[in-house]
Amino acid sequence: MSPWRFFHEHSAEILEATLTHLTLVLVAMAFAIAIGVPLGLLIVHRPALRNLSLGIASVLQTIPSLALFGFLIPIPFLGGIGRRTAIVALVLYALLPILRNTYVGLTGIDHAVLDAAEAMGMTTAQIMWQVRLPLALPVILAGIRTATIITIGVATIAAAIGAGGLGTFIFRGVAMVSDAVILAGAIPAALLAILADVFLGWLERRLRVA
Amino acid sequence: MNAKPTIVNESTIEFDKVTYSFQGSSPNTVVSDISLKVNPAETLVLLGRSGSGKTTLLRLVNRLLLPTGGQVLVQGQATSEWDPIPLRRKIGYVIQEGGLFPHFTIAENIGLVPKLEKWDGDRIAKRVSELLTLVGLEADRFASRRPHELSGGQRQRVGVARALAADPPILLMDEPFGALDPVTRAELQREFRSLARRLGKTIVFVTHDVREALLLATRIVLLERGHIVTSAPPEEFLHVDHPEVQAFALSLGALPGATA
Repeated sequence: MSPWRFFHEHSAEILEATLTHLTLVLVAMAFAIAIGVPLGLLIVHRPALRNLSLGIASVLQTIPSLALFGFLIPIPFLGGIGRRTAIVALVLYALLPILRNTYVGLTGIDHAVLDAAEAMGMTTAQIMWQVRLPLALPVILAGIRTATIITIGVATIAAAIGAGGLGTFIFRGVAMVSDAVILAGAIPAALLAILADVFLGWLERRLRVA
Repeated sequence: MNAKPTIVNESTIEFDKVTYSFQGSSPNTVVSDISLKVNPAETLVLLGRSGSGKTTLLRLVNRLLLPTGGQVLVQGQATSEWDPIPLRRKIGYVIQEGGLFPHFTIAENIGLVPKLEKWDGDRIAKRVSELLTLVGLEADRFASRRPHELSGGQRQRVGVARALAADPPILLMDEPFGALDPVTRAELQREFRSLARRLGKTIVFVTHDVREALLLATRIVLLERGHIVTSAPPEEFLHVDHPEVQAFALSLGALPGATA
């Protein structure tokens, strides 16, 4: 069967899988941002917590995604079969780029600027909110962009533990030895990744000051 | 200028046997046993080579550093006893390249300390335009621009305006004109000299440029490896008989006694 015919005949199903995929990604990203950005803020002035959290996030990143999904299944509350486990795994994967970029963005600010801020009598909190955070925003956003693209890719594996999404077609296609079915999952996933990249890249450039 | 004793007291800085060493694996003494009194309304220039400890002395005044020995008194009170926030808001600070906030407009940069001090918006706007005029920039042309749209000299003018915003009695300047081209530098030095005389603030100015020191100072304190070599008014400075003074004199390209 030609890919185009398959797309045409299963367009509703593909669209639904795309939406499921997108939902997985958006929910996971929302959690990852909600955890990663505040944690990144917190570790600026706490070296012990910094080493610990960046260490853990780095280790998580090295676990192969299929294995991570597997590890999570037997864990109570977080694990099991289905979407919840998939989201937990995706959050863990997205955490490192967000956390690391938040930290790097907040600490990589021109020393003269921080020096001036301190010398003008700004408190640590004022420096964080009025100086570090606005200047770090493009870097933080770059981390979110990387994390989003990783998540869109890794979310295809989530189909292996019954979370649905575009991976369903890929796994089915592999089993059926059908390029058309594989492409029905792979092409929309790639398009999602490209769109996300373009949109977040545009946003990042807009936030950059000069 | 007001000569009431309270004002005098407000702007005095005193170093009392001050030592500062880097703590850590290899402790390193940057300045040792410095005693020095900065008089109200004088422009004291700390002159010295790189590593002579002049910037360290400056940073001890606004408590960016705390002395490891002795004490620094500002308005008669040791910096270690001061809450750093109110202390720093009484002290203007200008550094090389300005250290302006790139995400703030010029007006927001200048109005920052007044805003932190909770002035109302109208008063801040008025003060900002007053200061822009004072440092020779047209208020309506520059207020809404961002630092990257300005030249180095203009940014440095804004840096001075920002330091003066809340009318602090003390001004600390760390090689403020060091990164400028020679022509702009000379221009800013001349303007700053007359501004300093007019404002009557206590100014501590750090530089390694003896020419700048001679032009701006009412007193020059020469530092060498963390110690004070000499303290002299500019007209006497070059006549001081000390090898380090003569080294600086030679850097002028003139024989001792020929200038100043």
